[in-house]
Amino acid sequence: MPEIRISHSQLQSEPGVSAAEKATATSTIESSAIRKFLLSRGNSAIADGIFHWLMVLCALSIFGIVILIAAELMLRSNLAWSKFGFDFFFKAYFDPVTGLPNYWDPVNDHFSALPFVYGTLVSSLLSLLLAVPLAIGLAIFLTEMCPGFLRGPLAFVTELLAAIPSIIYGLWAMYALVPLLRVHVNPLLIKFFGWTGLFSDDNPTGLGFVSAAVILAIMILPIISSLTREVMSSVPHSQREAVLALGSTRWEMIRMGVLRNARIGIVGAVILGLGRALGETMAVTMVIGNSPEIHHSLLSNGSSMAAVIANEFAEASGDMHRSALIEIGLALFIVTILVNALARILVWAVTRGTPAQVH
Amino acid sequence: MSAGANNFRARVRALTDGTVTALAILATVIVVAPLVAIFIYLIYKGASSLNLAFFTQIPKPEGESGGGMANAIVGSAVLLGIASIIGVPIGIGGGIFLAEFGRGTKLANAIRFTADVLNGVPSIVMGLAAYSLIVVPQGNFSALSGGVALGIMMVPTVCRTTEEMLLMVPHAVREAALGLGIPNWRSVLAITVKTASPGIITGCMLAFARVAGETAPLLFTALGNSFWSTSLNRPIAALPLQIYIYANGPYDDQHRLAWAGALVLIALIVVAVSLVRYVTSRGVLKGAS
Repeated sequence: MPEIRISHSQLQSEPGVSAAEKATATSTIESSAIRKFLLSRGNSAIADGIFHWLMVLCALSIFGIVILIAAELMLRSNLAWSKFGFDFFFKAYFDPVTGLPNYWDPVNDHFSALPFVYGTLVSSLLSLLLAVPLAIGLAIFLTEMCPGFLRGPLAFVTELLAAIPSIIYGLWAMYALVPLLRVHVNPLLIKFFGWTGLFSDDNPTGLGFVSAAVILAIMILPIISSLTREVMSSVPHSQREAVLALGSTRWEMIRMGVLRNARIGIVGAVILGLGRALGETMAVTMVIGNSPEIHHSLLSNGSSMAAVIANEFAEASGDMHRSALIEIGLALFIVTILVNALARILVWAVTRGTPAQVH
Repeated sequence: MSAGANNFRARVRALTDGTVTALAILATVIVVAPLVAIFIYLIYKGASSLNLAFFTQIPKPEGESGGGMANAIVGSAVLLGIASIIGVPIGIGGGIFLAEFGRGTKLANAIRFTADVLNGVPSIVMGLAAYSLIVVPQGNFSALSGGVALGIMMVPTVCRTTEEMLLMVPHAVREAALGLGIPNWRSVLAITVKTASPGIITGCMLAFARVAGETAPLLFTALGNSFWSTSLNRPIAALPLQIYIYANGPYDDQHRLAWAGALVLIALIVVAVSLVRYVTSRGVLKGAS
């Protein structure tokens, strides 16, 4: 109480400072300066210090988690790494008797991740091909065209799509999507695109790269779409207004005013979707067919890096087999970290400086 | 002549505009369609096999009809309990650091970036890490390792939502607390975090719902179990794992149970997502300013 009075009287006893000057002085004081002053008053320096460092520790544990995962995976994959080296990811092993490539042979401890790398790349890229146009279309609709009453529900729907667990997508794909594709879509693909050699009619199950890509596309759509939306709505309104003022149609406005400004961020969103697709496990495992072979037909069975780990790890008996699977996991870890980091940087390059918006 | 050309161009531009609008609407419909299809299919398939036995009985031996997933539901609860004990405090602590202590510093930016990147790491890799961290030294599959895998996955999500919610708390609230002479740590915990607590709790629920549906990290950590078990050192059943096993099973009865399990799981997730949306859109926090 007395302290307040003293400071009050001090303020009044400064005749040299005019009211206007005082106002500008207080407005330039940043809130952090006020906080610093208030923080210096406390007499609980020890408790504050402990609390502060506890929180720092929690935050640093996120670094710790990444380092721990990397270290553990490296440790446990050492066996396969020292035996196969980089060839693990690139080289096929040919059976000396039959002359056919044999990539994955747990009996003789011969392992090559080539079919899984191939399967992961094919299914992910194919899913991007399906998902990206749809995701951008949805984002355009939501940011530029959507009537206000639809915006909330549609955003909610995409959020829900993002939150549905992989296992449920897998279950649905297995019993609803795959039969649908098998009966109605695959025959058309074979009929019209069979000449390309990419769709050959030799797999009656319907499982395979196409099924995996379709379910993957559904799964990565929400993340691409919501990030694209975020990037697009961070484009200043003046850009849109300027293009519209030149007499453009809405599409020309979107193309020149919005997409051109947001393109780096959209690329980031797509790469983030790729990161998701690369590591997606359960749904892919349930519909890709799980055979460690390389076929050119997109309708044939395949496998992916995540799928082979999910399928074989619990039953892997040999040390080399387990080590090889962990090495695939390590590769997946490193690749997804790099892909995600790149994507985050790209998205951040566009959205920085704009406040987070609630749609 | 030139007027005609202009007219033509204008028509082409209008046509392009209309086409793009139609395409965007079409894309939206195509995106919404699978969600509707999944929900209809889930309810159609799952509701008919959802009964009391599902929640009270353990699985019957293969081929026998009936039985339920009681042990899987309890197992999921145990796993999620372990995961929350690990993930929630570390995540909230990290979020408090990002929002209260490290704002704008390089360290905070690096941590935020790492958390975002960690969020994108496939869940199966987390399973591998938990396997080599706990299962290998321990010598057997266990509930503990599954819980740790899920807990690690919760950290980045909880951390980032906590930070976002804390950033919504106005500065004036903090300054008022400090001005009353409350030490900083109490101001953070009792004032700032408490103001943001509805948001933080729903953020935790969202992370919780996400890991509740995770199967991949449990495949070789918790492993699954057909019997009652709540021991942390033995394999334990979990709802998503049981769905996976039943979905691949040969019997129709197993498929029915899988659908019922999926319905229960999705109900949990819809509730969590709706709650989050409700809290963030209603602006519970804005009332404080």
